[in-house]
Amino acid sequence: MTTIDLTPIAPEQLREPRPAVRRVPLSRLTQVELRKMFDTRSGFWLMAGIVIAALVAAGAVIAFGREGELTYSTFAKIIRIPIAVILPMIAILSITGEWSQRSGLTTFTLVPHRGRVILAKAISSVAVGVVSMLLVFAIGALGNVVGSAVTGAPLVWDVSLTLGLYFVLGNVLSLLIGFMLGVLIRASSGAIVAYFVYSGLLPTLFGFLATSQGWFRELQPWVDVQYAQSVLFVFGAPLTGEQWANIGVTGVIWLVVPLVVGVRLAVRSEVK
Amino acid sequence: MITIDALTKRYGGFTAVDGIGFTARAGRVTGFLGPNGAGKSTTMRIMVGLTAPTSGSVTIGGRRFSDLPNPGLEVGVLLDASAQHAGRTGREILAIAQRTMGVPASRIRAMTDLVSLTDAEADRRVGNYSLGMRQRLGIATALIGDPEVLILDEPANGLDPAGIRWMRDLLRGYADRGGTVLLSSHLLHEIEVIADDIVMIGNGRIVSQGTKAELLRGAGTIARAADLGELERALGAWGLAVSRSGDGALRADADPTVVGMVALKAGIALTELRPAEGAGLEEMFLALTADTQREGAVA
Repeated sequence: MTTIDLTPIAPEQLREPRPAVRRVPLSRLTQVELRKMFDTRSGFWLMAGIVIAALVAAGAVIAFGREGELTYSTFAKIIRIPIAVILPMIAILSITGEWSQRSGLTTFTLVPHRGRVILAKAISSVAVGVVSMLLVFAIGALGNVVGSAVTGAPLVWDVSLTLGLYFVLGNVLSLLIGFMLGVLIRASSGAIVAYFVYSGLLPTLFGFLATSQGWFRELQPWVDVQYAQSVLFVFGAPLTGEQWANIGVTGVIWLVVPLVVGVRLAVRSEVK
Repeated sequence: MITIDALTKRYGGFTAVDGIGFTARAGRVTGFLGPNGAGKSTTMRIMVGLTAPTSGSVTIGGRRFSDLPNPGLEVGVLLDASAQHAGRTGREILAIAQRTMGVPASRIRAMTDLVSLTDAEADRRVGNYSLGMRQRLGIATALIGDPEVLILDEPANGLDPAGIRWMRDLLRGYADRGGTVLLSSHLLHEIEVIADDIVMIGNGRIVSQGTKAELLRGAGTIARAADLGELERALGAWGLAVSRSGDGALRADADPTVVGMVALKAGIALTELRPAEGAGLEEMFLALTADTQREGAVA
């Protein structure tokens, strides 16, 4: 026997039919994550800090640079120094904020696939890194022109496209190391400390080992990630195959493997 | 509709959620009641995929939460109103949710109006919000995708009496339009006034569940008369279990109709006769909390 439900339903109680729900696309997630990097006071000032630091560094080169040093590559190298500190912080905070500030409770319920959120954050972090490097080149060029006009030194454009790309790659790699530590540690202060250990303490230890132990000197380019990547920032000769191999091997050891471990942990961890 | 089946979560040797199973139905408000630490929040986190269960399953409208393509449009979630980046404005938090779900930007304004956040308040950073404002913002975030299911953990926390009234009316209207509402609380009264169905848990297990009417029916009748002893004897003579309640009334395990008839036959004038609303539930709840009560340990 069939029963007929005669419960009256007022017209306003009927829900509007909804178009078929589709999966949230990665492009939209990336835009949202990019927005989240700017929309807090700390995020805004980190971004503003990149521009301010670049301008200050360019000014310092003009003011204190010795004769013959006022070349485009000098500007790029010096401007990079403060930015190389800020960029990994931006990448770290983009990840750790979800845990430290607990906004992950919302983020990971709106997108219950944490791997996709982490990927969106990685893409937006790299985008910020690349744009920052373009900014470095732009402010460097401005500094170079102004510096030459002020000091009367000849204008020197000593950065080829290839060397410029090396430079961008190197900075994106150090940003990704920060990103990896954020994913692995998932706490802002811990990840920032770990980054300074990674970028400051470890290279010093490896350097000490290399000068005191002869056997290590040969090994260092294959073990020390900072040493291997340092060739990307010197604006020297094109990289040899072995130098690329050094970057690849150290990148797998110090970046890819811990990143894979970190993503697996982050995906499984409990968000509270 | 939310269906929870044999859900268990263990942390090492500690079982936080122990074989919980119940259904939150559409068109009804289901109250999830239990003392602090009973496993309510853990159960709710498992529902939305933030915590992995040891065993068991949760489905929402027949699908697992992680299989929902755009969960914000189907399930509104508020687990902890304070879990927001303190440096974002309320409006920005709504904008992030709106962008993620891909709903029109006009929903932001609709939601701030719905939860009565003024423009000035919406433009303030959440770090400066009171808990009540955070709860309102959390409700707005949960509702922005116009979902059919709401999962709210202690939503009345920090709201003033007018705010609690507002929340009650909002959720009532939502359920009356066919929505499913699951809300938790550690306050019996809060659940009593709003829920249609009640699921009570203690130490990770369900101790009682049913419609509010069912749970309250078992509570018996409160009666008063000028001569309590006479009424007590009359009821006892009919084989009804009677006990004295603390405030000088009798509690009988029977319908008010039966108690009234007994009093009439015995020629006793009643001064009060009413169903003992919630008393049974309250006793159960107090028994549950007694083990963990700090007050009990001191006494």
